Amino acid sequence: MMNNSGPAVAVSGLQVVRGKRRVIPGLDLEIPAGQVVGLLGPSGSGKSTLMRCIVGVQIVESGTVTVLGHPAGSPALRDRVGYVTQSPSVYADLSVRDNVTYFGRAVGLRGTELREAVDRTLTEVDLVPYADQLVQDLSGGQESRVSLAAALVGRPSLLVLDEPTVGLDPVLRRDLWDLFRHLADRGHSLVVSSHVMDEATRCDRLVLLREGRVLADVTPAELLQQTGAVDADAAFLALIDAETARSGERSSS
Amino acid sequence: MNAGLTAATSGRVLRQVRTDHRTIGLIIVVPCVLLGLLAWIYNGTPVFDAIGPALLGVFPMVVMFIVTSVATLRERQSGTLERLLTTPMGKGDFMLGYAVAFGALAVLQAVIATGFAVWVCGLSVAGPLWLLVVVAVFDAVLGTALGLLASGFARTEFQAVQFMPAFLLPQFLLCGLLIPRDQLPTVLEWVSNVLPLSYAVDAMKEIARNPEPVTAVLGDLGIVAAFIAGALALASLTLSRRSA
Repeated sequence: MMNNSGPAVAVSGLQVVRGKRRVIPGLDLEIPAGQVVGLLGPSGSGKSTLMRCIVGVQIVESGTVTVLGHPAGSPALRDRVGYVTQSPSVYADLSVRDNVTYFGRAVGLRGTELREAVDRTLTEVDLVPYADQLVQDLSGGQESRVSLAAALVGRPSLLVLDEPTVGLDPVLRRDLWDLFRHLADRGHSLVVSSHVMDEATRCDRLVLLREGRVLADVTPAELLQQTGAVDADAAFLALIDAETARSGERSSS
Repeated sequence: MNAGLTAATSGRVLRQVRTDHRTIGLIIVVPCVLLGLLAWIYNGTPVFDAIGPALLGVFPMVVMFIVTSVATLRERQSGTLERLLTTPMGKGDFMLGYAVAFGALAVLQAVIATGFAVWVCGLSVAGPLWLLVVVAVFDAVLGTALGLLASGFARTEFQAVQFMPAFLLPQFLLCGLLIPRDQLPTVLEWVSNVLPLSYAVDAMKEIARNPEPVTAVLGDLGIVAAFIAGALALASLTLSRRSA
């Protein structure tokens, strides 16, 4: 049903400078459509910056980012890309339902279609009992789910989620990952960042970032196989150690 | 720009205000209290009839300036503005949404403040009362437009609030309320000629003394409307989809 012909995101020669620091020194990446792609890496590795580039809110130094066949941030993409920032960006002085409704209207939903989309989304993020509460009276985890709902309501072709499961209990985390899987099965593309390595196994593909570079771009099975590690956490450490050793050899030779 | 998106934003802003009863109270009550205080100070003199209408124009501008600049700064800091700008919502939809929402609040404020000034404080004007309300609403929208512009330069709430004296006090001093504008030193008169509040106060003064003020007031309102359009256009430059 979606644009499955090309990749969801194609990044080429991307360089980003924030403040005085070169956060992304040169990055090439292709994110396939219709998959859940996990963006993993320690804090400061450039995950959020890369996501900001994909949704087109980041000023880039050079390089191109193509999303669903259009340059990132172009008007054609505005109702096809959903973005959830790391800290919840919703209105604290509005009710849960009013927040989701407003963001639904922003992507062009109206009338019955809007009402149904809001009800469906509130069910998906498990906030139906809280629909009429003000966001400022909710817990942190609930607030981040409102923020997620605000992006889900428009059923975007590409969902860019920056650490959507932080602070959630295991049951809810599992339910959300089931929802991501369900969306991908229906042709949506998802880019989900996380630093919880056990979530890596729920992804179709993993992109490991370190200091703004792609350390690995593999399936979860390949990751374990390549490194011989027992879990994603150990695999990631093995990759970093190997990288450090290689760069150590280069500088000593 | 898109009327549906503008209306969605106005509706959302009014819903937010509705949950904040204290702000609504302040918007409605404070102008009435100040007008009452003024009427009392000048009890038995003709001064209140002369400056009361002008103040009916100044209050909505000040209140809407503060409310808008803080609200917009909150949108920038909470990330909601950045998020909205990744959707089909345009900058124009966003800003007009605010202008329409606070314009509607201004109608309420202006009707109550004018009613209070006339029937409780005994303000009498030569022109029609409804025109006082119309000018007050224009002033409120001017305050909103200037607030949107000022918030583009504020990084913190402290700065946003300090912009009130920076943007509005000079206009207040030069608008002809303290000294008629044609009696100001020449340079200051020139300055007052390029400040929007001067025309808002001119319009109010016209209503106070002229039984047939509509033509003169329309001219002044045209200038105020041009300032509103200019401020909104400049403010839209401070809203950018991309940041570093």
